[in-house]
Amino acid sequence: MKKGKIIRTAGPLVVASDCLGAKMYDMVKIGDIGLIGEIIELKEDRAFIQVYEDTTGIGPGEPVELTGKPLSVELGPGLISSVFDGIQRPLDVIKEKEGNFITRGIEVPPLNREKKWDFKPFVKKGQKVEEGDFLGEIEETPLIKHKIMVPSGKNGTVIKIKKGKMLIEEVAAVIKSEEKEHEVRLFQVWSIRKNRLVKKREMPEIPLVTGQRVLDTLFPLAKGGTACVPGPFGSGKTVVQHQLAKWSDAQIIVFVACGERGNEVADLLLSFPELKDPSTGRPLMERTIMIANTSNMPVAAREASIYTGMTIAEYFRDMGYSVALMADSTSRWAEALREISGRMEEMPGEEGYPAYLASRIAEFYERAGKVICLGSDKREGALSVIGAVSPPGGDLSDPVVQSTLKVVKVFWALDDKLANMRHFPAINWLNSYSLYAESIKDYWDKEIAEDFSEIRQEAMKLLEKESELQEIARLVGVESLSDQDRLVLESSKSIREDFLHQNAFHPQDTYTSLRKQYLMMRTIIHFHNSGLKALKEGINLEDILKLEIREKISKMKFLEEKGDDPDVLELFIEINNVFKELLEKKG
Amino acid sequence: MHKEYLTVTNIVGPLVIVEKIVDVKYGELVEISSPGGQLRRGTVLDVSTERAVVQVFEGTTGLDIDKSSIRFLGGSQTLAVSKEIVGRIFDGSGNPKDGGPKIIAKKRRDINGRPINPQARDYPSEFIQTGISSIDGMNSLVRGQKLPIFSGSGLPHARIAAQIARQSKVLGKKEKFAVVFGAMGITFEEAYFFIEDFRDTGALERSVIFLNLANEPPIERIATPRLALTCAEFLAFDLDMHVLVVLVDYTFYAEALREISAARKEIPGRRGYPGYLYTDLASMYERAGRIKEKPGSITYIPILTMPEDDKTHPIADLTGYITEGQIMLSRELHRKGIYPPIDVLPSLSRLKDKGIGEGKTREDHADVLNQLFACYASGKEARELALILGEAALSDMDKIYMEFAEKYEDEFVCQGEHESRSISDTLDIGWDLLRMVPKGELKRIRPEFLDKYYFIEK
Repeated sequence: MKKGKIIRTAGPLVVASDCLGAKMYDMVKIGDIGLIGEIIELKEDRAFIQVYEDTTGIGPGEPVELTGKPLSVELGPGLISSVFDGIQRPLDVIKEKEGNFITRGIEVPPLNREKKWDFKPFVKKGQKVEEGDFLGEIEETPLIKHKIMVPSGKNGTVIKIKKGKMLIEEVAAVIKSEEKEHEVRLFQVWSIRKNRLVKKREMPEIPLVTGQRVLDTLFPLAKGGTACVPGPFGSGKTVVQHQLAKWSDAQIIVFVACGERGNEVADLLLSFPELKDPSTGRPLMERTIMIANTSNMPVAAREASIYTGMTIAEYFRDMGYSVALMADSTSRWAEALREISGRMEEMPGEEGYPAYLASRIAEFYERAGKVICLGSDKREGALSVIGAVSPPGGDLSDPVVQSTLKVVKVFWALDDKLANMRHFPAINWLNSYSLYAESIKDYWDKEIAEDFSEIRQEAMKLLEKESELQEIARLVGVESLSDQDRLVLESSKSIREDFLHQNAFHPQDTYTSLRKQYLMMRTIIHFHNSGLKALKEGINLEDILKLEIREKISKMKFLEEKGDDPDVLELFIEINNVFKELLEKKG
Repeated sequence: MHKEYLTVTNIVGPLVIVEKIVDVKYGELVEISSPGGQLRRGTVLDVSTERAVVQVFEGTTGLDIDKSSIRFLGGSQTLAVSKEIVGRIFDGSGNPKDGGPKIIAKKRRDINGRPINPQARDYPSEFIQTGISSIDGMNSLVRGQKLPIFSGSGLPHARIAAQIARQSKVLGKKEKFAVVFGAMGITFEEAYFFIEDFRDTGALERSVIFLNLANEPPIERIATPRLALTCAEFLAFDLDMHVLVVLVDYTFYAEALREISAARKEIPGRRGYPGYLYTDLASMYERAGRIKEKPGSITYIPILTMPEDDKTHPIADLTGYITEGQIMLSRELHRKGIYPPIDVLPSLSRLKDKGIGEGKTREDHADVLNQLFACYASGKEARELALILGEAALSDMDKIYMEFAEKYEDEFVCQGEHESRSISDTLDIGWDLLRMVPKGELKRIRPEFLDKYYFIEK
């Protein structure tokens, strides 16, 4: 293999000479201990390399081994439940080999080479197949059937197909096309910076149900859509991301902890095997893949971790699954870009970020989508992407936030004022938006209830009105508002406290089905409308506000979910009754 | 023997540039002798075939181009660790400062440490009772957490940190406990306060102290916290002790880092701080934690003074993004004479949820703290409203909340510097206050706890 020579080391950047023939984004091994790096600039015979491990002790004169291959990931059975670092090294294997602290220059294969998988073929000898077709499947976990697909560009006839227990490196099938024979193993290798191919892109129109009321009802994300969660520290970005990873109804979750806290990763690792998937009752870990590159791990690997996660997510999308990728936080990734760019002495753009920041962010989010996958069965797959952004001081004019907002369709604005009042999730209902609300409308009205979108609209209107009224109340005092307006204030308070506020740590409250969300919102709106009617009939506002049923409404969220939610339905009828009583009392 | 170079070509700020070097590595430890024969230490920041950029810990005062000589020692800066380290005082470079002997090294540890494998981490969940209500009740600290104090100049963060170090204990347990204290650029008086306080309470013999005072070289500050943490890692994960690390003041640390960055003519990030400040801070903060199957732990309280009390200042901002919450001090409360002046609303402990509740503190803890937060927030809002419109314009509920806020500050937050409240005392005070509010308003408390605690009178 060709070798270059180091001529400079500065933190995560290494410059090597004698590198003619090396290609951009090729992977290299640096120094005597073989640290992993990637070429990010070429100048004459010199290569500028970002190194994915700490470079202490590396100096000029040491060799650089050019592998001639791009930085890639291995895709195959064994991915699920794994925890990888930014360049797909399994952390549990590293721990076994090296102990509690991470050392450098370790070489471990991403996928287990010794484990045998039970391969069930779908095709027969002589059958014609095209790229993306299923050759067979492996039950990787009780939740996930791992499909073995024909690699892209390999259309032809199956001339050999195996069955039964085998290692991932064994040849499972041989495909013959144009007199060439291709061996298909249980895993493929794919460059992390290259999109995986699809047949066609489609518009997302089915909601990704997350069980989080403020998200599902007010600012929904579609399967295959993109969302971002920007907010200052302490506003609950990570809790939102964790809740989504736990409860969203995607079939596969890829969680990228990018430059974040080690203890948060530990939290996920310890809780996911215990938590049950609400729809199947199996441990959540059986559908999760984690990429953990915590803030104290090498900065360049942070840059790669996002792409590693994305490529794995695309691979499962190609099998026809609905996949959700969470990246926490993309700001740390952008900072890694900035750090490397600074060391290369590139001309900086805004806030010292490189000029290509916006295009990198756009490219990243554009890898999400609802697609028709490769393969003759024209199956659908979806990849939803949710990125957390951590702007300095919570300032939304930050270049990372602004570049992100240009591409994502859903904006969940975290607000530290709400967080200070312990209103969680601290998502501001006035600033946030979802551009999917229109396209999802049909689904809601057909699948949940025909007046779902109507009720949602009414709730949004109340909240909007509330902020106007509060403005007036601040100037002239609440007393000078009309009774109708004061009822609006009370009802929107009820929406805020009894519906939008959701406790992630309460066993019942942590997840609400779409159906119950609808029933809850309908109950609150019904109370409001009944109140308005009663006011017209001359009932005192105080008497309405004193009704005991209001306390019951505030406890709706703690009611256990069962079947048709009779308890919440009953409240609806009870509201009718108490208002009837009020009117009768008045006579 | 290491080669000696006399090829210094440039001295700028804390940096020395040496040319015509052979076989020098990035991050290597360097010894520089000045024309007067005095020895200093440094580390390699950037190395190419021709030249190396060396950062000098003790500063470059007195160095010259002609006679200064440089030796590259191979390997990076280390700290000698052994059991005898406990009870000792060192300077900011790790040399004894208490007149005692040098530590006979059982082991030498690289002060940069290595990242803990996330897979090896155990989630911190053991409640630490500090005896301070506004921390225990509202922003509970757990073992293995990193919880900074965001202070401002003139606020009593030193007294609070000393009180935490003095009173901290885990309920129902007696275990090996140590304090590692590091001073970065603080004054002699502040450092003296800590040492005396440790001495008075007998904590000194289970403490390790690293001092880099305001008049000492700023660049030494880059090493001080790393020495302290390396020592803490040894105590926690080799000797199985529970270690509380207190480091003041990270503002001075970040300024030293900025100085080096400026001398290297790097492209500055926000307010002139280098773009890698986040990564640099994280490499220290993340060394706190617990490891599975290891009894020891590192709990970490870094202290920083926010310039102009601005929490969006890069140092505070980036710290907040890495640490697991923050304890925010308030000038307003301090002016009112409330000690500790902890502003509960913007303070936060991210790890509290797993450390509190039945079997750890008390079953009603989580609900009570959420309710206290909500009531206090409403009270403060009402207070603002009253300022604009006058108290007459407030509704009855607003008036109750306003009174609640006053009492909350006076009775719950305010306490003596040597008063150590048990967690159930803290929660009882909380209930006393909540009884001012009608039961129907207490929406954050589960009905069963309302039934159990609301009507009990003292």
